[in-house]
This record gives sequence, structure tokens and C-alpha cells, in this order.
Amino acid sequence: MTKTGPAPSNTGLEAHYRQMRRIRSFEERVGELFVRGESAGSMLHLSIGEESAAVGVCSAMRDGDTFTTHHRGHGIFLARGADPNRMMAEIAGKATGYCHGKGGSMHIADMSLGHLGANAIVGGGIPAVVGAALAARRRGTGQLSVAFFGDGAMGQGILYESMNMAALWDLPAVFVCINNQWGMGTRIDQATRVTALHDRAAAFGLAAETVDGRDVREVQAAAARILDGARAGRPGFLAVECYRFFGHARKDKSPYRSPKEEAAGRSRDPVAFARDALIAAGMAEARLDEIDQAIATEMEASIDAAIAAEEPPLQAMFRDVFAPDAPEPEPLARRIDRVLARD
Amino acid sequence: METLTYREALRRALADAMEEDPDVFVIGEEVGRYGGAYGVTKGLIEQFGPDRLIDTPISEAAIVGTGVGAAMAGMRPVVELMYVDFIGMTMDQLANQAAKIRYMFGGQIGVPMVLRTQGGTGRSAGAQHSQSLEAYVMHTPGLRLAMPATVADAYHLLRQALRQPDPVVFIEHKALYALSEAVDLAAPVPDWGRAALRRPGGDLAIVSYSRQLHHALAAAERLDAEGIAAAVIDLRTLNPLDFETVRGAVEAAGRAMVVSEGPLTAGVAAELAARISEECFDFLENPVLRVAGEDVPISVSPGLEAASVPTPELIVDAARRLMA
Ligand SMILES: Cc1ncc(C[n+]2csc(CCOP(=O)(O)OP(=O)(O)O)c2C)c(N)n1
Repeated sequence: MTKTGPAPSNTGLEAHYRQMRRIRSFEERVGELFVRGESAGSMLHLSIGEESAAVGVCSAMRDGDTFTTHHRGHGIFLARGADPNRMMAEIAGKATGYCHGKGGSMHIADMSLGHLGANAIVGGGIPAVVGAALAARRRGTGQLSVAFFGDGAMGQGILYESMNMAALWDLPAVFVCINNQWGMGTRIDQATRVTALHDRAAAFGLAAETVDGRDVREVQAAAARILDGARAGRPGFLAVECYRFFGHARKDKSPYRSPKEEAAGRSRDPVAFARDALIAAGMAEARLDEIDQAIATEMEASIDAAIAAEEPPLQAMFRDVFAPDAPEPEPLARRIDRVLARD
Repeated sequence: METLTYREALRRALADAMEEDPDVFVIGEEVGRYGGAYGVTKGLIEQFGPDRLIDTPISEAAIVGTGVGAAMAGMRPVVELMYVDFIGMTMDQLANQAAKIRYMFGGQIGVPMVLRTQGGTGRSAGAQHSQSLEAYVMHTPGLRLAMPATVADAYHLLRQALRQPDPVVFIEHKALYALSEAVDLAAPVPDWGRAALRRPGGDLAIVSYSRQLHHALAAAERLDAEGIAAAVIDLRTLNPLDFETVRGAVEAAGRAMVVSEGPLTAGVAAELAARISEECFDFLENPVLRVAGEDVPISVSPGLEAASVPTPELIVDAARRLMA
């Protein structure tokens, strides 16, 4: 950890706890949706264990700020205010989802909340943040743009090209690396000699820090420093150290990790840490149980709604390839009719 | 005879090639310890060690470029690209470097690299993990392109690809890995660059490759019950392209259809249809029909995904109408 801010206070911790619990609860339901065979496919990447990164950074963002995420982005989107019903429906590939069932878990977006898109290409969403920041600065909107990605993206050249341009042009852009120690079956030290990831960002002239993700208050404090700096024209980088509690995607049981390592990783649980801190500060456990229960009920309802929702109509396939005014592509069956209807 | 899956046949081909030639090695994301995202290389690291199953960071452009350099230095790299959808990230190394080195440098050196990858629909994996991008490769002079449809070809085409003097892009289909067939790997197979007539028939020639071959065969079976005899050709390699086998079947039948999972416009089916129209014009009784993917990205919704690529039903329907 390069820097730690002032000792974190309890202010807002309950709100952070609720947000993190909502994410945990949502992700557990995504797992359930998969087990019940109601998800669209198995490419579901749960962010359990990383809730503090999402909540800590997002709480330092403002209305109007934009962001992109990687494939493990459910928590970030929820922390920016997503509707769990529409998210769950999207993950199930249903018409009522954020992207009408076309995008799914890995390609979810909502422009009204500043979500410029999740991405199934490692590193794919990073440069858009440079463009969004460029536009914000040129138009003087005061918006900030934040790229969220995993440690695996530290292997992609496009990240370095993007950080260099953001620094060169003093853009209101922030690069947030959620370092959960693993990229599929590759541990961070099996992918790089330099595991102090912020060093690389600093080399491009960004304000760069690493923060321990166990305590959401510390993440928020670090994020506030970096984001405020970026808003003032000094782009930044923040690595949040955490642990991917489960497999890479729903079918992966992580045979490449030792039970001992997993136990150590899961003991750094940001949700449990915040809960303990609230209890230590005098909050009644019964009250916390009530909060948890109310959240579980809300998330349970999102599953039921997703399962009950309509499939997208087949005609939707041809919609949105181009803008609404453009002619839609001709369906193959109709084309065949036309070609063969000669007499 | 033995029963093997497509996945096992690929693994066997890699193992046999590595056994035979110490210059062969595999490099890519998750190919070693993890055993490949689709399990093709599972167990090989135990047999051949981490020097020959090289796990990489997530750096596709440099991984392919490393393969190019190693091939120029005399090695036989098998570069694994987890999804063909990531080919765009490597396109400079593939299309500007690997494909052109022999030509630009006046024939001094070739790039005998095999780029193994997989594509296609079938897993609800969405727009960035379900594409059929073989046309990008076929459009680039200097690249060979193999797309096995059968278990025997998974083995033999990969072995043959590893004997080529030039870069080969080898695209597997994600929906075929579990395909299980009884095979005799010692039985003779067509040479590299030869198509296979998988089913004879004198009424209509259906030209296909990769997973759509199976849809074409299923369609031909149903058409047979209706008295329509459809020949089915498996191209096996798209470069080299065995047009003579296609010509033979088309000229005998007088009707032709090309079936491909990739998007219709400017796709593999378009190239084949153009060539058939040009070269077999005098024999054709109908326009050559392209049955291909819709010109849309692939949705995560399973219903939309399935409807965006050809099905046996669509092929049967189109064939009936071609015959009418
Ligand atoms: C360009 C690209 N390469 C490879 C993949 C396959 N893949 C998906 S996620 C992943 C690991 C990513 O690790 P990391 O960035 O650390 O994120 P995490 O999954 O740990 O959240 C890989 C290799 C991909 N989707 N895109």
C-alpha cells in the first residue's frame, strides 16, 4: 500500500455496507439463476469479494460521471444505481433487460447512468474513457470518466497507450484496476515481474496509488484523492487489492488454487469487515440482520421477475444494427424467397 | 477404430507433433496449467513441461508476434488465441507481418506458424465471443486457413497444418469440441488442401465446412426422404481452396448452395458463390444460393443467437425451393 489517508471514520459506513450487501446478494442470486438454468449461458463472472472496490470508488463519483467496466462489472453498475430487476433480466437474456437481452452479463450498459458499457474484451473498454474525458473537457461539463478493469488487463498494450494519452492531455480520466490476484487460472505473479501495479501508471505521469480493499472506507478515501485530482486535470490510477472468492466464471471450480490460499483470500472479506466495524461502533446485529433480509427479499424478486420476463421477439434481431432510421438488414429467409421467386 | 472427441483429437495431434518434432511448442493464454479455455491442451503440460506449453499474460498482439518471430527463427509455434473474436487485436501481427513476410522480403523466409483458435455460436456467449470471422483471414493473401468439421480432420488437418511452410490459421468450432466419432487415425485422409465429398448426390450440391457441415448433412438426410439427392462437400481448408471438387459436384447436379455460419455479406459463401457462378455458369439451372449468418451481431439471448445462423430447417427449406 503506497499511501494511507487519514484514519477512516464511520461516516457513511452503514450506507457503504448496504451497497456492498446488495452487490453480494445480487451476485448470489446470479449464481442461483445459473443453477436454475435460467441464465443466458454460463459466462457469468461474479464480483464477490470485490464489493469494496465498486462501492468505494463509485461513492467518490458524481452524477453525470461516466464509466466503463470489464466483464466482472455487476457490482460496479449496482453501485452506480442500476436497477437489479433490469440487470437480472439482461443476464437472463430477456426483453426487459437493460439491453433487451442482446448484451447479457458481459455487455450491459445504461447511458442514463453514465455506464458506457461492460466489455467481454479484456481492456476493450479502457480507451473509451479517454475519449469521454476528452469530450467532457472540451465541452467543459466537469464530468469525470472512470475505467474499471481487472489485473489481467495490465497485460494489454492498449491500457498503456490510453494512460499515456490521458496524462499527456491532462484529462479528467481515472483508471481503476481491481486486482483480485487472478486472471482465469493465472496468478498475478505468473503474469508480471512487477506486481506493484501503480508503478507503471506513475511512469506515465499519472497520480497512482494502491489501496487495500478490505476496508471500504480506505478505498473511498483513496478514490476521493485520485478522482478529485483527475477532476482538477491530473489523471489518476488506483489499484484496489482484493480477492476473487470463486471461480473465474460459473463453471470454474478453481482447481489451480489451494484451499489454504482461498481461505486466506476469503478471510479478507470487505462485507464482513464492514459489518464487524459497524457492530464495533455500536450497531445492533439484529438491525444488520434486518437490513440483510430486506436486501435478500429485493434481490430474490429480481430473479422471479427475470424468469417471468418475455424473451426478445425474433424481429429484434435486425434492430439496432444501425440507427433507427436506417433500413434493417434483410432477413435471410426473406432474401431466399426473393431470389427464388422468379416465376 | 477408436472413439475420440474433436477435443481429444486436437490434443492428440498436438502431442504427436510435439513428440515428433522438438521445435513444436504451444503458446497462449491458459494453455498450460489451466489446460486451455476449452480443455484442448489439458494434461499436455505434465507431458511436455512449461517450456513447451507456455502460459502468457493477456497480451494477444504480442503473443501472435512472438509466434511470428519464433517461426522466423526456425521453430514451429502453435499459438492459441482463446476466441477468434480477439483476432482484431492481433491483426497487425497476422495480416501485416505473418502474411506478408515471405513476399515483402523476396522469398527469403517464411513464417511456419499455426494460429489455433475457435469461433462460432452455441454458448450464449454474446456478440464478442460468438463470431465466425474466417472471411477476415480468407481475404488476406499469404494466410492459409483450415476449419475442421470432423474428429478425424481435427487430428489430421492440425498435423498437416504443422507441416506447412507458411502461416496457417486453424479455426475450431466451439460447438464441436464434444463431438464424438469412431475414427481410425491410421486410415488415409485427403491431402492438405483437398475437399471431401461427404455425401454423394446428383440433384443439388451443398458446399460447407466446420459446424455447418453437420447441418448440411442433416438437411441432406431429410431431403433424401423427399426424393432429393443432395451432394455435401466439406471444404476442410478454405486456403488452399479445392475448387475442382466443388466444380465436379456442381456441374453434375446443376444446382448449388453454399452454407456458412459467418455473416452473409462479403463472406466465405459469397466468395464460393461468385466462383461457382463464374466458372460453372453453363451448368447452372438456378442462381447459386448463399445460406449464411444474418448480417447482425450475435445476441446473448439464446433464441436470437440460434436464429441468427443457418439451421438444418433453413437449409432444407432453401433446397426444396431451389429444386421446385
Ligand atoms: C482480449 C481478451 N483476451 C482474453 C480473454 C479471455 N478472458 C476473459 S476474462 C480473462 C481473465 C481476466 O482477468 P482480469 O483482467 O484479472 O479480470 P478478472 O476476471 O480477474 O476479474 C480472460 C483471459 C478476453 N475475454 N479478452
